Amino acid sequence: MAPLLQATGLEVHYGPVEAVRGVDFEIGEGEIVVFLGANGAGKSSTLNALVGLVPVQAGTVQFADSDITKARAETLTPAGLTLVPEGRRVFGTLSVAENLLMGAYGIRDKAQVAAAWDRVYTLFPILHERRGQFAGTLSGGQQQMLAIGRALMSNPKLLLLDEPSLGLAPKIVEQVFDLIVTLRDQGVTLGVVEQNAMQSLAIADRGYIFAGGRIVGSGSAQDLGESSLLSGAYLDA
Amino acid sequence: MDLFLQQTVNAISLGGTYALLALGLAVVFSIMGLINFAHGELMTIAGYVLMFCGLAGMPFVLSILLAVSASVVAAVLMERIAFRPVRNASGATLLVTSFAVSMVLQVLFQNLISVRSQPVLLPQILSESVRIGGFVIGVNKILAIVATVVMLIFLDWFMKRQKAGIAMRAAAEDFAVARLMGIRANTVIAGAFALSGLLAGVAAVLWVSQRASVDPLMGFMPVLKAFIAAILGGLGSLRGAVAGGFLLGFIEIYLAAFLPPEWQEFRDPIGLALVVAVLLIRPNGLIPAPALKAQKV
Repeated sequence: MAPLLQATGLEVHYGPVEAVRGVDFEIGEGEIVVFLGANGAGKSSTLNALVGLVPVQAGTVQFADSDITKARAETLTPAGLTLVPEGRRVFGTLSVAENLLMGAYGIRDKAQVAAAWDRVYTLFPILHERRGQFAGTLSGGQQQMLAIGRALMSNPKLLLLDEPSLGLAPKIVEQVFDLIVTLRDQGVTLGVVEQNAMQSLAIADRGYIFAGGRIVGSGSAQDLGESSLLSGAYLDA
Repeated sequence: MDLFLQQTVNAISLGGTYALLALGLAVVFSIMGLINFAHGELMTIAGYVLMFCGLAGMPFVLSILLAVSASVVAAVLMERIAFRPVRNASGATLLVTSFAVSMVLQVLFQNLISVRSQPVLLPQILSESVRIGGFVIGVNKILAIVATVVMLIFLDWFMKRQKAGIAMRAAAEDFAVARLMGIRANTVIAGAFALSGLLAGVAAVLWVSQRASVDPLMGFMPVLKAFIAAILGGLGSLRGAVAGGFLLGFIEIYLAAFLPPEWQEFRDPIGLALVVAVLLIRPNGLIPAPALKAQKV
């Protein structure tokens, strides 16, 4: 069976800067795949290119058997692919409930949206409690829950998370990683960019190591955890 | 005291019109970082539609509907033809484009209609007035105040209760993430222009019903004032636009009414000096926009 997402020869440029220089990877259905590497290694650019927020310079991206290389961001969420961006980026001037409503913006099926409300409020009772509050007034951890909840409102098949543990207290980071496992158990496939290498490998199935815009290593989470590649990737950059 | 109340009614009426115009500028600015100086020409278009409808002898209510619709359609076309091609350009490019649109339209009005001011036939009732308690209010002033209140309530409802309005607020705050939610850039921007056209159309009806005439440059002054009001309130902030519009209306009317006659020729500089004073104390305006970054698509 073909993987849920497959990128071949993916390149991303920002003007003259080549942020991603031809990477190949795949994410299989039901997997948790982590993308590791130092700052500026090209991980976030890769995720942004997958969801159409930055243009793909070269290469192709296949998602659920269709070519999404040139697809625009606003069409991918309804198709089942979404991203929780780095730094959470909740709409601070909108209420918690309005943020969640926006997460389901592109979804037409009313029954599906109703189920999504239930699911998100069950996963995150705190969001239900604070539903009338401005998102900007939530704590960092709650904002991360909201950002993930908002993405779940579209009932994604593949959920990409960009640095979900960034800037959170250790205890909250643990909750976020537990949540990732819970979501996988609920049938969501996950692609996660993380700085927190060891902790994320502990929950992942497989991983890719980025350095200088290229993939310099890949394998099962266990192998990567034991390999020397990992420390190298962080030190070289 | 009666004079004071009288002038207060005038100030609310004028300030309300400024508020509607400033809101139109703010809605577009908050979403695409464009200060649309061609906003005034939307007013002028609505004004000419009122004039032609009057000549054709249409009922005034129908004229209003047509004038406001024309302004909405013109706003959407303006975005589609002039602003969409330069959407991702710098703020300066957008600004210059809006001046170009404004001038092209002014020249078209001058050549196709007339350089001169044209009279607009208005129903008699607008020039009448009613006595309430001790003082007299013009029907056109009452109309202006009622229309402003209705528009403000409508806008508040739209922005808070309608999915499309919430999407506009989301897009104003973070356009990239809004697109991730499946919110289409074209739809939101066209919607913002339609809304600004609606506000300009209503403002034009109020403006013309105080003056009973329309000329090719009619929209310029009120939109310049609305721009000042929008900055006074906090550029890109909708509540700020309303506050700034009313404050500017009050400043202008009170200065005109209560400044000693020998000072009257300095009315505008004094008014603008007050605006500058407010901005010195609150550099980001009365009610600053939450995200003062004007995200691009």
